Amino acid sequence: MIGVRRLSAALVVAAAAVSCKQREPDASQIAESGGADSVIDATRDAFAQATPRLTEPHRRQFFVGNSFFNQTWVTAPASVATRDGLGPLFNATSCSTCHFKDGRSRPPEPGGKMETMLLRVSIPPRTSAGNAPLGDPVYGDQIQGRAIPGVPAEADVQVEYDALPGRFSDGASYTLARPRFSLKQLGYGAPAAGLQMSGRVAPALVGLGLLEGVPEAALLELADPDDRDHDGISGRVNRVPDVEKGRIVPGRFGWKAEQPTVRQQSAGAFLGDMGLTSSLFPQENCQKAQAACRSAPNGGAPEVEAHVLDAVALYARSLAVPVRRRPHDPEVIAGEALFRKLGCASCHRPTLRSEPPTDMPELEAQAIHPYTDLLLHDMGDGLSDGRPAFEADGREWRTPPLWGIGLIPKVNQHTRLLHDGRARTLEEAILWHGGEAEQARDRFAELPSDDRDRLRLFLQDL
Amino acid sequence: MRPRGAVFWLSAVCWLGCQKPKPAAQGAELSPAETSALRAALTSYADIGWAAYADAGLGARALAKSAESFVNAPSAEGLSELKQAWLKARTPYQQTEVLRFYDGPIDRIELLINTWPIDESYVEAGVSAPKPGIVEDTQTFPELTAPLLVSLNGKQGETSISTGYHVIEYLLWGRDTRRDGPGDRPFSDYVSKESPVGARRGRYLQLSIGQLVRDLASLEAEWQKGRPDNYRAKFLGMPPRDALALVVKGIGSLSGPELAGERLTVAYETKDQENEHSCFSDNTVNDLADDVLGIQNLCTGSYRRTNGTTVSGPGLCAALAARNPELARRLEREIGESLAAVRAIPSPFDQAMLGSDSAPGRTAIKKAIVALEKQTQTLTDVAAVYELRAAPQKLGP
Repeated sequence: MIGVRRLSAALVVAAAAVSCKQREPDASQIAESGGADSVIDATRDAFAQATPRLTEPHRRQFFVGNSFFNQTWVTAPASVATRDGLGPLFNATSCSTCHFKDGRSRPPEPGGKMETMLLRVSIPPRTSAGNAPLGDPVYGDQIQGRAIPGVPAEADVQVEYDALPGRFSDGASYTLARPRFSLKQLGYGAPAAGLQMSGRVAPALVGLGLLEGVPEAALLELADPDDRDHDGISGRVNRVPDVEKGRIVPGRFGWKAEQPTVRQQSAGAFLGDMGLTSSLFPQENCQKAQAACRSAPNGGAPEVEAHVLDAVALYARSLAVPVRRRPHDPEVIAGEALFRKLGCASCHRPTLRSEPPTDMPELEAQAIHPYTDLLLHDMGDGLSDGRPAFEADGREWRTPPLWGIGLIPKVNQHTRLLHDGRARTLEEAILWHGGEAEQARDRFAELPSDDRDRLRLFLQDL
Repeated sequence: MRPRGAVFWLSAVCWLGCQKPKPAAQGAELSPAETSALRAALTSYADIGWAAYADAGLGARALAKSAESFVNAPSAEGLSELKQAWLKARTPYQQTEVLRFYDGPIDRIELLINTWPIDESYVEAGVSAPKPGIVEDTQTFPELTAPLLVSLNGKQGETSISTGYHVIEYLLWGRDTRRDGPGDRPFSDYVSKESPVGARRGRYLQLSIGQLVRDLASLEAEWQKGRPDNYRAKFLGMPPRDALALVVKGIGSLSGPELAGERLTVAYETKDQENEHSCFSDNTVNDLADDVLGIQNLCTGSYRRTNGTTVSGPGLCAALAARNPELARRLEREIGESLAAVRAIPSPFDQAMLGSDSAPGRTAIKKAIVALEKQTQTLTDVAAVYELRAAPQKLGP
């Protein structure tokens, strides 16, 4: 019998108990942000560990999922049928191209070509209803910069930055960088006039199964669309289609909460980013005007076989959250107090409850500390991409979870943040906040530099 | 509480109940005898680690020398000698893999050294491929240099690998399309008259071996005795239980997620040759066995160097015996069983993994998986008897 005794055999970091029933857990000073689904790992593989509680069949599936996540897909037809079907249009040849070591991607150097992130495009909605984003009639809703032989690639995406100087209250100066995207080497002529462009880096994948387990009722309870409590924060739930269930459900994944489940997000990425069809999205991603794309050979119907999609989705849902390194450091504790005082915790909620998904009963109901509310918030003009996604408008973005944020430099060797990677530091990411977060941002800019450092140390500990 | 599956590797689950946080340095008190046994075992660990890296470095330098002669005058015999040099170089390196997984010196550069599986077409795609590999792509990469190969490593994902043992393996053997043996790349691939990129392939080979030599030399230096500022000095200067936490994490990560999981389970489940560790040379079973041998070396405190001499001292299992003799015996026995189970997998591995679940090859692979997982579970008990905590880490990047 390997149960409680084995659990108690775990290598632990000194930390408060997260499973206490007698008090409402408080995220402060808790090392295990993912509760019992946390792991001790601060190496380059910190985001690549399975939650320790997987059952044996799920463990096997996890490793198989990992191999498909990392592997390179190839053009059909190929000798290995399980790996062919890439394209015709694509951004990347593997999941790990952008989610390197299950982590976060970054934009290219200024003037460089976009290779590990992507550009969403759309045209302004023709009606005020504005639900699903309306893609460009020729290019669709995402620019794919690569293609299989015989099919023109859509375009190279380049990014340049405009400098936006500013000052903290203590006189220290900073310069933000606002991205400007342009399309070169257009494969199919000019896009529609007024094309809206919005960059997307790939986020780190830890703790996704836990976020999927936050009950719908909890999201609705957190939401305050009309700001009835007058705190200036009006979180909204995005309402998006669940393709498999055939109904409209809350969105929780993606930069605008436009995906309801990890499985649908994964299938969407297989299609949009790699040109691989699945049972959820069986049609190749070719627009009407892209004749060569439409007539190119495929790698089977679907290209991502059911067992592969199952394994990859299980894999992505099972990646554990790395523990914090120094939750008891006085400077870190002070930083977390500032985080709350400034108002960051109003949206970056330290604690949520997660229920186990029905198909992963090995997970337990527990408190988790993701520092998100999974809701949409108006982030102001500075971050607006003018581009709606279901019920999210251009100014609205989903609060991204912050767990693991301090390990991105270790895993991915960069410090780029926000949806398009424009922020080069944690401070810049905070300074870009506007709209509902403007007051918190202003309070941050008013902090003396040693308090700004404490806040940074706290975030780096997550 | 609902029944759960086995905890297969060290988790961060709270096991102390609802207690106040403890200061990081607190834990089980070790007796002076336990502490000195542990310190002695950690010194042996460092000595063995250094010696294995030194041997891996010697192997890589021999490989470099062999590659130089071969590239200057390609021949069938030269290629065969080169392959032998690669196989010899692998044995000590695989025995160092147990030093991975805790942010030690190797973890900073492992991606350059032994990443697998690799997408070999990233290096060299072949004539009918839709897109040229680095060897063939003279337009994008007019000049091959070591910094270029390093910068391209992992650039398009975790299998877009341009450096390390498996890239060199591919350059020597080529794709393995045969049932009864490894890849059989002709030596003429390195002859300019026969192959338009022959000289370039030779340059790529020498550059990647050169990079390996430098990387291994840096690891040897980090574990060398008598240097005040290297990793060995830092490691042996840690509170012994902090160092032991790293050691146990390394052994457990190699045993469980890496060997039982990625190297055996994935191949077993997918039956895909791409998921075989050394898929070009068919050296997989030796590679796996040397990994487990590396674990056994630490347990027994004894490493047999490639020149036949032995580096030895008190082992980790001896230190453990001072604290819990029964557990020490169990761990030592289980490591021995894992090694025997891995060695019992019939070569070539790419054939052993095929067929029905009752086929001898698959039965042997399954047995090795079970043995390695059992050993991993026992390591969680080792962590428990020492009440190991993760060593404190530096804040920020």
